[in-house]
Amino acid sequence: MKKISLKPKEKEYLFLDADNITPDNFAGKTLDEIRATEIYEGNRTYALGDYFDVTGESDLDPNEIGIVIDGSVPKVKYIGMRMSAGKILVKGSVGSYVGGWMTGGLIKVNGDAGSYAGISMQGGELIIDGDAGDYLGANYRGDWRGMKGGKIVVGGSAGSDIGEFMLGGEIVVKGNVELQAGIHANGGKIVVEGDAESRVGAQMTKGEIVVLGKIGYWLPGFIYQKDDQLEYNGTTYNVKVYQGDRGDGGKGILYYAGA
Amino acid sequence: MSEILVKNGYVYDPKNGVNGDVMDIAIRDNKIVDKVSATAKVIDASGKVVMAGGIDIHCHVAGPKVNAGRLMRPEDKLFNTSRRGKMTRSGGGFSVPSTFETGYLYSKMGYTQANEAAMPPLLARHTHEEILDTPLIDQSAYTLLGNNWLVMEYIKSGEKDKLNAFIAWMLNATKGYCVKLVNPGGSEAWGWGLNCVQVTDSVPYFDVTPLEIIKGLTEANEALKLPTSIHLHCNNLGHPGNYTTTLDSIKLLENVMPHNKELRDQVINFAHMQFHAYGGTTWKDFESEADKIADSINKNKNMTVDVGFVTLDETTTMTADGPMEYYLHNTNHLKWVNSDVELETAAGVVPYVYSPKIHVCGIQWAIGLELALMIDDPMRAFITTDHPNAGPFRSYPKIISWLMSNQARLERLETLHKWVPDRVNIGGLSRVYDFYDIAKSTRAGPARALGLGDTKGHLGVGADADVAVLNYNPKTMDPTTDPIGIKKAFTNTACTIKGGDIVVLDGEVVSKGNKRTIWVNAMNGTMDPRVMHDIESKFLRFYSVTMNNYPVQDAYIRDSLEIKPEVAL
Repeated sequence: MKKISLKPKEKEYLFLDADNITPDNFAGKTLDEIRATEIYEGNRTYALGDYFDVTGESDLDPNEIGIVIDGSVPKVKYIGMRMSAGKILVKGSVGSYVGGWMTGGLIKVNGDAGSYAGISMQGGELIIDGDAGDYLGANYRGDWRGMKGGKIVVGGSAGSDIGEFMLGGEIVVKGNVELQAGIHANGGKIVVEGDAESRVGAQMTKGEIVVLGKIGYWLPGFIYQKDDQLEYNGTTYNVKVYQGDRGDGGKGILYYAGA
Repeated sequence: MSEILVKNGYVYDPKNGVNGDVMDIAIRDNKIVDKVSATAKVIDASGKVVMAGGIDIHCHVAGPKVNAGRLMRPEDKLFNTSRRGKMTRSGGGFSVPSTFETGYLYSKMGYTQANEAAMPPLLARHTHEEILDTPLIDQSAYTLLGNNWLVMEYIKSGEKDKLNAFIAWMLNATKGYCVKLVNPGGSEAWGWGLNCVQVTDSVPYFDVTPLEIIKGLTEANEALKLPTSIHLHCNNLGHPGNYTTTLDSIKLLENVMPHNKELRDQVINFAHMQFHAYGGTTWKDFESEADKIADSINKNKNMTVDVGFVTLDETTTMTADGPMEYYLHNTNHLKWVNSDVELETAAGVVPYVYSPKIHVCGIQWAIGLELALMIDDPMRAFITTDHPNAGPFRSYPKIISWLMSNQARLERLETLHKWVPDRVNIGGLSRVYDFYDIAKSTRAGPARALGLGDTKGHLGVGADADVAVLNYNPKTMDPTTDPIGIKKAFTNTACTIKGGDIVVLDGEVVSKGNKRTIWVNAMNGTMDPRVMHDIESKFLRFYSVTMNNYPVQDAYIRDSLEIKPEVAL
């Protein structure tokens, strides 16, 4: 695997839209061509090389490209958007929309991610070691078709509305989540290892949600079905199984350990 | 004075009987002329198809419900945006493009006129504001009158003179182009939570039937000698078995003749007929009845249709047929806008995905093509998608490729749901359109139906200088086996000239254009004071605006093409 390193320069900016930072886009390009890749600040267009020192070497096959962002870039958005292959490692935090619409490959973020991480994902893997913001693995605004596939793992906590309109794939949050995890879900699986603040699975019609910690405020649309046991990561949990959200005629399953 | 010579193209001009002859088209200022001087700018069209500018007779591209569609569907713009260019502004939207994008897309496809098919009178100003913001193409808007309270009251009381005066006043107040009926009576009944499914159903309170409304407005339309006929969106749109309702509406006007046969042949244009040619009793046994509708249209030479092809895309439906949108929302459970326009009409907006995997959508796709192929004369069957209801107008090149190639149709049919071939007749139709037929159904036909046949839709001397040059050589290439080439040629023209101005060159917009708003002024002289009194009393008692704030001011029609009927009131 060939490595392309992007080291952030000491430079002031508001926010950068960097949807061109993907292995697909860098494949078959020389370093100079990669430096000339368009990057946007508001409605102005700049070159990637204006903001990053680009080193390493590229490859014809995006599968063979690993992009390393050598620093924390919390104000750079859309990294890895629509990527289909290869790898991206961010040695720090990223802005919003990281891995949005990705169909394959791997993104690993050592720090925190902004909101909308993994939005409308269709495949591949997104690993965030720190915290994620709101709308993790959610749908695009207005769309009724959210995340379709792939896997998102968050080491820390996540915000509200994660997995909104989810259709497939898996989201694992090792910490806590805020409001409405799995709202409108129509498939897929969400695992919250910590606590969920409230309204888990609002208007979900299909899919699975597992909450190992506590749920603060319950929706009345979830109906108790039975006690059961759930195997997760080699541990067996005693869980209560609920079905909902009956407010929307839903048949989603909620496993609640309440530990 | 500017001069252009479009040289050596294969010209298709049905009105003047030119079928693929190699000719030069000479343009001086904004008109087509006999010849131009040697200094004229030359557009080399050798080995290319030359036609008049395309005319979309029925689309929804401006006004409140179009904007509602834009607002409710941010996902429609995702990955469908274009950035600002040298001559163009940024824009986007797949099924409901922004106003600027609409103008650019039409021009790139060789269209020079698009007619907004449903303008609610109360919101006419908004419609005209959007028309002003749509560059390059000429536009007109059809005034919705089929559910208007005063119209229904005059029809009930049989006061024809008053109805005529009111229609003339309304067209003037809204700067509209024609009398448009959408689900006559039904959209008003929707205010009661009801609908007029049959043409004999009575409208609550007003106690008139859709049949009486259609007949009354047809008579008023011909009495006023308006340039185009009424345009009718029939009752019971989009329901299995609705072809009988459509046949009832056709039968009603069998013997009515247009006021001037020189101007146009039809007394009625049936809008998006594809939605009205459904058989079966439920969605399960849903099937095509296009043959019965096409037979009936073939017999009645005083009628035209625009087809409303289903293009099998994801789109946004929007119509003044309020109850129908409610029904659709209950079918697909997607987001829904519902609106009532006081005293006048209603509206609804719902996104819809025409999925090739669903048998209903496949059958709808076939019905559209069957209508176009079974109606003998393309001068009376126009290519539309009822944009964006059956598909976005950007899919016109796809439709043209299906019409021109049986092979392309059969290949598409194979990919559809397995029930489709048994429920439709498309597999047995070997007829294909040639460029002459396409020119009829997108240029000469719509122009004549709109009463603009003298200046639009042809390339004879005296016509408006609206010309499309397409990158396709009909002598060396074969459209029946080359759907991809056809799609390419009709998506990006080599050159589009609008009003004597080159607006598109090699698929790129190169001008700001000279768009005009076309409207009909049927008012001339004094207004019947009794009708004025009736209108005023409606405003005093019911409208939420005063009458002073109602008519669209002249400032909203910047470059006006005002058409006056021969005998106005």
